[in-house]
Amino acid sequence: MTEFLMNHMMVKVRGVDKIFKRGSEVIHVLGGLDLSIPKGEFLALMGPSGSGKSTLLNLIGGLDRPSEGTLEIGGKRIDRLSERKLAAWRARHVGLVFQFYNLMPVLSAQKNVELPLLLTKLSRAERKKRAAIALDIVGLSHRAGHYPRQLSGGEQQRTGIARAIVTDPTLLLCDEPTGDLDRKSGDEILDLLQALNKEQGKTIIMVTHDIHAAARASRTLYLNKGQLSTEAVD
Amino acid sequence: MFNWVSQIFAVTSFSMRSLPQRKGSSAAAMLGIAGVVAVMVGVLSIAQGVLKTMESSVGDSNAIVLRSGADSEMMSGLSGDDTRIIAEAPGIARDANGAVASPELFVIVNLPARSTGTDVNVPLRGVQAPAMTVRDSFKLVEGRMFEWGLNEVIVGVGAHQQFSGLEIGSSMEVGKEKWPVVGVFEAGGGMAESEIWVDAAVLQPAFRRGNSYQAVYIKLDSNESFDEFKDTLTSDPRLNVKPMLESEYYDSQSSVIFNMITGLGRIIAVIMGLGAVFGALNTMYTAVSSRNREIATLRALGFRAGPVVISVVCESLLLAFVGGLIGAGLAWLAFDGYRAATLNWASFSAITFAFDVNVKLLVDGIVFAMIIGLLGGLFPAIRAARQPVAQALRGL
Repeated sequence: MTEFLMNHMMVKVRGVDKIFKRGSEVIHVLGGLDLSIPKGEFLALMGPSGSGKSTLLNLIGGLDRPSEGTLEIGGKRIDRLSERKLAAWRARHVGLVFQFYNLMPVLSAQKNVELPLLLTKLSRAERKKRAAIALDIVGLSHRAGHYPRQLSGGEQQRTGIARAIVTDPTLLLCDEPTGDLDRKSGDEILDLLQALNKEQGKTIIMVTHDIHAAARASRTLYLNKGQLSTEAVD
Repeated sequence: MFNWVSQIFAVTSFSMRSLPQRKGSSAAAMLGIAGVVAVMVGVLSIAQGVLKTMESSVGDSNAIVLRSGADSEMMSGLSGDDTRIIAEAPGIARDANGAVASPELFVIVNLPARSTGTDVNVPLRGVQAPAMTVRDSFKLVEGRMFEWGLNEVIVGVGAHQQFSGLEIGSSMEVGKEKWPVVGVFEAGGGMAESEIWVDAAVLQPAFRRGNSYQAVYIKLDSNESFDEFKDTLTSDPRLNVKPMLESEYYDSQSSVIFNMITGLGRIIAVIMGLGAVFGALNTMYTAVSSRNREIATLRALGFRAGPVVISVVCESLLLAFVGGLIGAGLAWLAFDGYRAATLNWASFSAITFAFDVNVKLLVDGIVFAMIIGLLGGLFPAIRAARQPVAQALRGL
């Protein structure tokens, strides 16, 4: 890889191991994994269940720590940050999109989107304004006052994406974002992610089981038994 | 700091707003705590009622003289000569009839309790005219005063309510005689209201006491006169007596029963409280479990563990506070002012009192509820906060 590309890497994963212990059993989920993702890339991660896709996504998003190896995101080593600093870093740099949306049922779409902004010093008016812009980007301005139970699955996921982009993060991590949606809604979500990638330059990593979803990404990697490859392994 | 506070506010606000989704388990925990507080406040209000009765017995600048070594009137004995010497001591208030000193005789009679029908030791006090002057709050509220020299009695309002056969017009049996009840009196809520009064000169022969008494109640010029009064009596070679301020005397009289009831009440409260803590723990573990998705998501978004702990504890404290309020309210409605009688362990006679659910007890009850809530919320909160974010998200 050229020096130019290396300097423009959003994600650098080097020699990452991840071991889980379940009683006396030791499970090696990732073994000596290396991965580089340039800024502005839309990467799809595929692989069978238990292959470590979500674990890798969690490590890149600072939700978990590697057993070995280093993680550099946007030029910052995050594998040695304290829990507190990691939480602050996540709030500022990472947008998370979950398979089951994970919206707060007691909050309206607008308030759900405002949630990450509570961790900033923005005024209430500014928070409201930014949440409205994020909802506008995902095409949900007209549903801002609705609660999650009043929204369809696709609308809930779009609210989840608005929440993920409201802080203008450098990295968007999506864990099976279409996994709970029908084809039509799933396509709309993928359109939205593609637009965020192409028009706003967001770096996106998407874990998916769906080959059609992966086809929307600019690159697809396959994870099997803790190892990455560019081709699916049967 | 701003960030921390705003996180606490936000997370706690979600927690509170999602309470209606857990109304069943929340109501169960609240009612459990309410029951504990109601019982605790109820039992302790007995002790407070007894204490209040004792305190109400204390007159301004009043003293009591017993035989040296006696801890109560029951164990005391003074001759008629002793009482005359005592009445001549300096420091005693005087009125038109002379020294305000009341020699009194104290015996016990058996009367059936209205509530159970079982015999109870009821104090029967032989008095002289100064007894009403020494007790400022003495007031005849029904019927008339007994005639001096006749075997008529007047009864305190507490005795009148709690024991059978003390209605005006009825008679109580003393030995083989019948002593008519002619009046009912109040004494400011003090112990005298548990008693039956009769002319001391009538009581002495009826109980073969000769010319003896058990105590002299004194009204002093002022509390400052007590030292001189006491020194005079204790240095008089003709006397072997123990003068005390009434406040000291009733303190010693109430300590046994007060400590016993309070101790019992606290033991009951702690045992029940342990049960309530488990109830609260169960509720909060369930609450945390049902909010796992929210908590994990908030932490994934960058909210810290501290606000999560505080929000869970706040929810538990809120439930406990409401439970405590309900329990304290129930105790107040059910017990405050309820009249009953119990045994005064110092005199082995009955003392009538009203359950006293006072502000201090209500506050104690609510504080106890909050302690239950704190213990019940803390461990689930710590578990929620300690769970790694990725693991919590996987467990959704």
